[in-house]
Amino acid sequence: MSRFSPPEAYRASSASWQFLPFRFERLDDRVLVTNLVGEHFFLTDAEFELLGARRLPDDSPLVRKLRAKHVIREEADDLPVELLAIKARTRYRRLQEFTALHILVASLRCEHSCPYCQVSRQSSDKAAFDMGPETAALALDSAFRSPSHNIKIEFQGGEPLLNFDLIEAVVVEAEARNEVAGKNLGFVIATNLALLDDRVIDFCRAHDIYISTSLDGPADLHNRNRPRPGRNSWELATAGIQRVREELGVDKVSALMTTTRSSLGRVREIIDTYVEQGLTSLFLRPLSPYGFAIKTKSFAAYDVERWLPFYEKGLDYIIELNRSGVPMVEQYAATILKKMLTNDDPGYVDLTSPAGIGIGAVVYNYNGEVYASDEGRMLAEMGDKTFRLGNLHEDSYEEIMLSEALLRPLDESFTLSAPMCQDCAFEPYCGADPTYHHATEGDYVGRKPTSGFHRRNSAIFRLLLDRYEGDPETRALFHTWASH
Amino acid sequence: MPEGFALYLLRSEAEDPGRDDTVCLPAELDHLSGGDVVALSTDAQRIRVLWRHRSRQNSILLTERCNHYCLMCSQPPKTAIDDHLMAQAFELIRLLPRDVTEIGFTGGEPTLYGEELIDLLRLCRNLHPETQVHVLSNGTRFADPEFAAAWAAIDNPNMMVGIPIYGAEPARHDYVVQSAGAFNQTIPGILNLAQLGARIEIRVVLHKQTAPALPEIAEFIARNLPFVDQVALMGLEMIGLARANIPELWIDPTEYAEELVEAVTLLDRSRIHTMIYNHQLCLTPRELWPWAVRSISDWKNEYHPECGRCGVRDQCGGFFFSAKYKVSENVRAIPAATEAAAPPAVLSI
Repeated sequence: MSRFSPPEAYRASSASWQFLPFRFERLDDRVLVTNLVGEHFFLTDAEFELLGARRLPDDSPLVRKLRAKHVIREEADDLPVELLAIKARTRYRRLQEFTALHILVASLRCEHSCPYCQVSRQSSDKAAFDMGPETAALALDSAFRSPSHNIKIEFQGGEPLLNFDLIEAVVVEAEARNEVAGKNLGFVIATNLALLDDRVIDFCRAHDIYISTSLDGPADLHNRNRPRPGRNSWELATAGIQRVREELGVDKVSALMTTTRSSLGRVREIIDTYVEQGLTSLFLRPLSPYGFAIKTKSFAAYDVERWLPFYEKGLDYIIELNRSGVPMVEQYAATILKKMLTNDDPGYVDLTSPAGIGIGAVVYNYNGEVYASDEGRMLAEMGDKTFRLGNLHEDSYEEIMLSEALLRPLDESFTLSAPMCQDCAFEPYCGADPTYHHATEGDYVGRKPTSGFHRRNSAIFRLLLDRYEGDPETRALFHTWASH
Repeated sequence: MPEGFALYLLRSEAEDPGRDDTVCLPAELDHLSGGDVVALSTDAQRIRVLWRHRSRQNSILLTERCNHYCLMCSQPPKTAIDDHLMAQAFELIRLLPRDVTEIGFTGGEPTLYGEELIDLLRLCRNLHPETQVHVLSNGTRFADPEFAAAWAAIDNPNMMVGIPIYGAEPARHDYVVQSAGAFNQTIPGILNLAQLGARIEIRVVLHKQTAPALPEIAEFIARNLPFVDQVALMGLEMIGLARANIPELWIDPTEYAEELVEAVTLLDRSRIHTMIYNHQLCLTPRELWPWAVRSISDWKNEYHPECGRCGVRDQCGGFFFSAKYKVSENVRAIPAATEAAAPPAVLSI
């Protein structure tokens, strides 16, 4: 009918397209392109040639895809820029909130002697290694100085249940202060659960406290990784998990595993253990390079190259489980997928830029020493105090949070201005880890070709993209993980 | 004549008493009953039914004027000034009882009235505070921040505007609505509304120009408009301008089944409330039945001969009467043993 205009009438007025910020990575047979906020798509080599050489027509399926993904725009078109701005602001909005996670080291003492542990002490000297009430009060002062609407206080150690008196006092005091402060206040105890008893359960129930624990896999593996007198760490941990599930709630306990040389080759068994325990989430963690780990050669015993197949096999098994109706989330993948598929940044302290040190989390040691992160504390145990921010008993909040020890690594490791990070297609999914790079390479940024952090993460990004593109069911599963 | 009344309406079988205060209804209107609203011309020769209280979906036409010209428009735009429809709408809102559950306002493009539309909707909120109010609009006027602010200031938490999007970029959308620059006004309009907390539904009519692009459109919504309250994917109604554009629009729904599954899955997993309207169950992928809403207005629906033998007829909305002009060859009765899934009230988690 003559009153209708054809599609040609609605094309762009000319082919003079402007680029919007994008980055790319050449893969085997295609090119990955990501826009400013990490939306991704693939182009053939030929399509990428057209884009790069600015030989795009005024209309074509390729042009429409590039416009929809905010990689090109017509000169006068403000809308793509406005949408990118909204999405970018959304990604970074957590920065305004500032420190949400406040870690209190209740005690360095522990009855386990895990070879990969960075800090624990075999001792019954409470005075020497337990946090006292004055230090705890100062830690709460600092925590409540944070503008964050959500404040999570996490008790770590050693084994924090060895100083349960302090935990009780801190929780009660924090809740009292919160009557005025009005935060969304939450508590977590990171514990091996060996010392779980009625008193702990009752208190956790009364104050809605969450439990985070370690479950390295089947009994023999777990007990070998995590020795204690009686060699029954696994039995106590699993009994504890079940007790918390039944007496506090299934969502009140989460577990994570640490990988050692003994774990490699047994990823399915590890995952099966989690399924058997009724857990629906697990974190396939790499081994960290800090503390005892280096001393005992656990770290040298394997490297990223040996861990990656372990992770890939574990992820694929988890996808398979989901397909057969067994719910299980791999937490590291879920964290990355949220950054990849939504505008949200989960603020996971070890994979975010600017780095999560200080901004996302801060650690108050038993003696009042303040560290930018748990890893920073572990380095200090080995004699390297680079990430020591101050001491609660000597320094003010401003002196601590504005110290060079915090600001300098944040500044230097910021990925948008770090060499090679800033033009990496995966940058929106990745993060800055100045502590890891300082520990392994001697500076806050490290060198990509030798960085284990880079190697591990870029391999995982490619793996996730491959699985995402390969199969609609996996794609749907990944979107579910990303949206929670 | 009892006090407060002015006229008798007689059903067709009654004898005409030949009085001035009596009107004889034609047989087609024998279904009228208390609670319905009609408009009668002063010469008593023309009558229009404005509201059927027993109907599930009543919609109030505010104007036939529009600033777009969608290829598939079911209400072809006219240029004549038709303010009397707005005047009638004010009267109607005042006549309706408070407990009306739903009121729909359509056009043409209702926002062409500007301030007067705002006044009408404010009146509606004040007289019917619990009623669900749904307004259809192409959304372009909301690009004007003052108008968006006036809209939001109506402050009706039960009001939602349904705005169509037909592409993830301007070229496709503008072509479908036949208006250059439309996308670049509609999206900013949506953003303005969202910023003020107004409730928004995105609609996508499914036809040859939109269905192949449905996954990209769903991705665009999930990534750029994730705050919308719901998304409605609508089967095509073959009336109005759609009949003139059958070659550009007609696609057998079974041909876009894969795209539909992809789009609904993406939106659902991204936690966006999604519904499929006007889509016969036999032409909808089985796994999407939970998202299919039995939605064809009861005054419009009819059934295909296949439907007589179909086991899920009660869950299916059937066809528009306009389907007689063009319908899929894949309409099939579904055996009664099929477990029909009811749409979920709330998406889990």
